[in-house]
Amino acid sequence: MNPVIPIRSAETLGCANTAVISEKGQRQVFCGLTGIIWLHRKIQDAFFLVVGSRTCAHLIQSAAGVMIFAEPRFGTAIIDERDLAGIADANDELDRVVSELLARRQDIKLLFLVGSCPSEVIKLDLSRAAERLCKQHMPHTRVLSYSGSGIETTFTQGEDACLAALTETLPARTSQGKHLLIVGTLADVVEDQLSLLLRKMGIDHFDFFPPRRSTTLPAIGPETVCVLAQPFLADTAKQLESKGVKRLEAPFPLGAEGTTQWLQVIAQAFAIDHTRFEEVTQAPRQRAEQSVARHRTQLQGKSITFLPDSQLEIPLARFVYQELHMKLLEVGTPYLHRQIMAPELEQLPSSTRLSEGQSLELQLDRCDADQPDLIVCGLGLANPLEAKGFTTKWSIELVFTPIQGYEQAGDLAALFSRPLARKLKLVA
Amino acid sequence: MRVATAMTNVHYVLHAPQGDTYADLLFTMIERLPRRPPVTYSTFQARDLGGDTAQLFKEAVANAFDRFQPQAVLVGSSCTAELIQDDPGGLARALNLPVPVIPLELPAYQRKENWGASETFYQLVRNLVKPADKDLSAAPHKPSCNILGPTALGFRHRDDVREISQLLQALGIEVKVIAPLNASVEDIRKLAQADFNVVLYPEIANTTAQWLERQFNQPYTRTIPIGVSATREFIREVTSLSELPIPVGLEDDMHSVWYSRSVDSTYLTGKRVFLFGDATHVVAAARFASEEMGFEVVGLGTYSREFAREVREAAKKYQVEPLITDDYLAVEEQIKHLHPELILGTQMERHIAKRLNIPCAVISAPVHIQDFPARYAPQMGFEGANVLFDTWVHPLMMGLEEHLLGMFREDFEFHDGAAPSHLGSSRVAETPVTALREVAQTELPKPITAQPASSAWSIEAEKELGKIPFFVRGKARRNTERYALEQGLSTITVETLYDAKAHFSR
Repeated sequence: MNPVIPIRSAETLGCANTAVISEKGQRQVFCGLTGIIWLHRKIQDAFFLVVGSRTCAHLIQSAAGVMIFAEPRFGTAIIDERDLAGIADANDELDRVVSELLARRQDIKLLFLVGSCPSEVIKLDLSRAAERLCKQHMPHTRVLSYSGSGIETTFTQGEDACLAALTETLPARTSQGKHLLIVGTLADVVEDQLSLLLRKMGIDHFDFFPPRRSTTLPAIGPETVCVLAQPFLADTAKQLESKGVKRLEAPFPLGAEGTTQWLQVIAQAFAIDHTRFEEVTQAPRQRAEQSVARHRTQLQGKSITFLPDSQLEIPLARFVYQELHMKLLEVGTPYLHRQIMAPELEQLPSSTRLSEGQSLELQLDRCDADQPDLIVCGLGLANPLEAKGFTTKWSIELVFTPIQGYEQAGDLAALFSRPLARKLKLVA
Repeated sequence: MRVATAMTNVHYVLHAPQGDTYADLLFTMIERLPRRPPVTYSTFQARDLGGDTAQLFKEAVANAFDRFQPQAVLVGSSCTAELIQDDPGGLARALNLPVPVIPLELPAYQRKENWGASETFYQLVRNLVKPADKDLSAAPHKPSCNILGPTALGFRHRDDVREISQLLQALGIEVKVIAPLNASVEDIRKLAQADFNVVLYPEIANTTAQWLERQFNQPYTRTIPIGVSATREFIREVTSLSELPIPVGLEDDMHSVWYSRSVDSTYLTGKRVFLFGDATHVVAAARFASEEMGFEVVGLGTYSREFAREVREAAKKYQVEPLITDDYLAVEEQIKHLHPELILGTQMERHIAKRLNIPCAVISAPVHIQDFPARYAPQMGFEGANVLFDTWVHPLMMGLEEHLLGMFREDFEFHDGAAPSHLGSSRVAETPVTALREVAQTELPKPITAQPASSAWSIEAEKELGKIPFFVRGKARRNTERYALEQGLSTITVETLYDAKAHFSR
């Protein structure tokens, strides 16, 4: 009789001390401007004015795709030749564009001036412009600024920069008692589900940041603790900590395991007793496990490589390893924040090849050598990799789809199994 | 990038920050190219701005050359790199690569995309082309031409090239080189060997064709073969350039002329159409719309300022005010004002059309993924005319159907809200009119200052309006409301409705 060999016995856990391949070279990622696409849907009375070139305008139009269906709450103040001639003129021009915009759109309560590569290079001081415009347009409209430029930020870091700027304006909390701040843009449906779970546990004092309306900014005080719901918010976390908010260290709420661990950290901080926690989480956790299990049969043992894109790569790698039993080849991330990722890295197998930054051609060479069953990558690479015979998943879909929490665990797993299922179906 | 991506063995090194790599996905996702564009970005970051961005660029060029072994290297700056003034041309030349290095100066703050593509093509040709061998060109040979202008990400360029190549072949003309689409560096070198050039996309190829004419006495064609009449003219133009007779049987597969004359097409008479896009497609499409579809051109415009003169001339022909702008809000205003029954535009106008619930077909880049169809669908030549007939009629209600809906509008099946039967169920729930009103209500922000309120409809007038066939009801409603506003009437009565009708039918 053959002995039963457990598939994953040889693996030791923990990537916290693993050497990271740190690369510099050509990158294939969006810049932080693209964060506007989900931020403008979340903060419903905010407007994002990119101060940039036609290329920036084209990027957010084509990346957003939704341009003009309804008048969008983002636009571009286009820097042209005249503005390059003198910063004073550029400032006048900016003031004029903002005044016109606010006169036409009375519904805007919060205006972000978003810096781009050209505005950074010509050193247009948007924070001073924001101060100046704030004086003109308060109390009706608050004006803030942040940089979404490609020389400063990649893709999801745009949200970090935006929320870090917004943190400065959070009012002081006057009421007593421990208070939770959940940081990071989540789909409304996810917020509602998490709210329900927290209330059932007995936690009533919590807020989501960013809020759905800029007029309902959460107040923070000495008894506020925060927990990140998205992994790319290092600067925002730092800002909050500098204001005395204590950050809870937790894995991210992806999959049945991640969600449980994330909630557990919160429950412990609020001294919720264990039985209560089990009562509240048992049913949804089981549902999540069941829905994930269906996809595991297809994905178990399949190998996967993540090319860097959103900084979600490490938590996602933990999910596909832990709950779908996939084999991790390379996990690339645009930027590795060891402290924030610590609870995630602990749970990755030590054999994982971690890489930070990008040298695109070298990374593609490694893919060729590895021949992964599935590659998670940016949109610009997906079709060329498919044409070479690889199976891919667009990482951007993982940013835009609600994937957090118990009820979304199955959907998250499906995002990985669908490309492989499709490949099996097609015969021609 | 459209020029480099179209070609087979060049590589473009672009001095650019990381966000600019999004341009790749226009090719791999919208055009569904199975390969990455041959572009390497230097991907500089803020921390590089201290001083070594130039070194970074040189490394990027050297690495790209080693890896891809191109036969020519293009180098240029993105809008941001332009500001840091690193001189990519000089830096790349310093590397002494064994292949031609062509620097591109594309001032992104002054010029736009079509101009950039045109300039890129021109610089490539200027740097690479070789004079034709005198003995060879003097010897008797089959008449020959090049096809100039098609690029990657162009609107149906692939199919137009196939259609026009077949046509030229049927005429007995040899096509020597097609460029830049699928051309190699070697092909570009041979451009001067042909007898003349066929310019399919003047926005991209005019500068190059003019230069080739000056340098090598190569004439080039002016007619854009979009539509049946224009295709016939094009045939006359190339046969006179090549001194060949026009063979019979060229028009055997052409159907649009008869389809346009069939009785079912009567309903197309005088349909009001608005056109916007690149100048070439707009001018050609306006002619086809007016002369071969029987539409009324109520407005046209372009974003190509370089071709404003041509568009103004066309506008004179249809006695309309041309719109030369790249401000989509201005285009939307104009469309709202003209309330056409069909829009022929770009992807931007499709968004506007969707919002205003007006049928729309695309005639020009920039385009959407669905404008790169899997099937063969040229815009040029006789087959192109067939395609235009189909795709422009498609978004409209078909003739017989439109009449039946008018005649049986009380019928449970043929009610107002019924969508065109070929457009599926997406529009079933709403009539164009209510949708328009909803859009207007949800999207107009509440003004703080009191604006003159629009006039209210009396119950009787609203009922009377319901008796008007729904496909003209939206127009009737707008006209009546405008009339009431102009007359300062607070309530719209049945009288107002008919007064307005009389007023506008003058």
